[in-house]
Amino acid sequence: MEMFTTIGLNHFLTISAILFSLGMFAVMTRKNAIVILMGVELILNAANINFLTFSKYNGGMAGVMFSMFVIVLAAAEAAVALAIVINIFKTFKTVDVSRVDTMKE
Amino acid sequence: MNQLTLAIIFYVFAALTVLSAAFVVFSKNIIYSAFSLLFTFFGVAALYVFLSADFIAVTQVVVYVGGILVLLLFGVMFTNTIMQAELKTDVLHVVPGTLLLILMIAGMLYTFYTTGDWMPGEAQLQGSVVQRIGFETMSHFMLPFEMASIVLLVALLGAAFLARFDKAHKNEH
Repeated sequence: MEMFTTIGLNHFLTISAILFSLGMFAVMTRKNAIVILMGVELILNAANINFLTFSKYNGGMAGVMFSMFVIVLAAAEAAVALAIVINIFKTFKTVDVSRVDTMKE
Repeated sequence: MNQLTLAIIFYVFAALTVLSAAFVVFSKNIIYSAFSLLFTFFGVAALYVFLSADFIAVTQVVVYVGGILVLLLFGVMFTNTIMQAELKTDVLHVVPGTLLLILMIAGMLYTFYTTGDWMPGEAQLQGSVVQRIGFETMSHFMLPFEMASIVLLVALLGAAFLARFDKAHKNEH
């Protein structure tokens, strides 16, 4: 009972493991490029939870700062990736990544 | 608040996060996925508050919910004609994917729970960290902070350049 009522490091690590695996699953199995991007965001969130967990229980600030930079880079990544997806859609008239198989028009 | 109340609130947010993330991944409709992702981000922000990183939680809500999710929704609407009513996404490699999902969760949990006890540091983070984030940003993390601004500027310009509309039309005529 003690293990369930005292929220410790393992609880957060469990959630982050589940989120990471779900994101991996989305990246592996979905054909739509935008759902793949959503999976990548899930993976980044899982990494962030890990950073903050270890930072909290270690007492240092490095994890907090890194998670902030991860959020910044996630914003930049989402903008550029969506621009690329929109370009793919303009060229191929689809965002199905299994049908995008040539590199020139 | 006593320990039990905190634990119950934690489990509610944990369940919200994990279930909505599962719905993002397993739902066939992209719009449902995008809106379910909203709940995942809010749940993760609540977990950040439990980790005494309140500033990161607010940043998460502002950047992810206000920025990335809106961007993803715009992406969905740009790349699917709404009249078509075909907002479905197909799947491939389902069996290897499910196998990988289960193996990954099992492997990570096995590693976390069997490699002995984690030993927490003596001075854990307590209360708000906003002031300490300010000090760290202006001392140890000065260079990454400035580089992040340049990265954001370049990414903004690059995204605007890539996604502009007149280029495709010029090629057609």
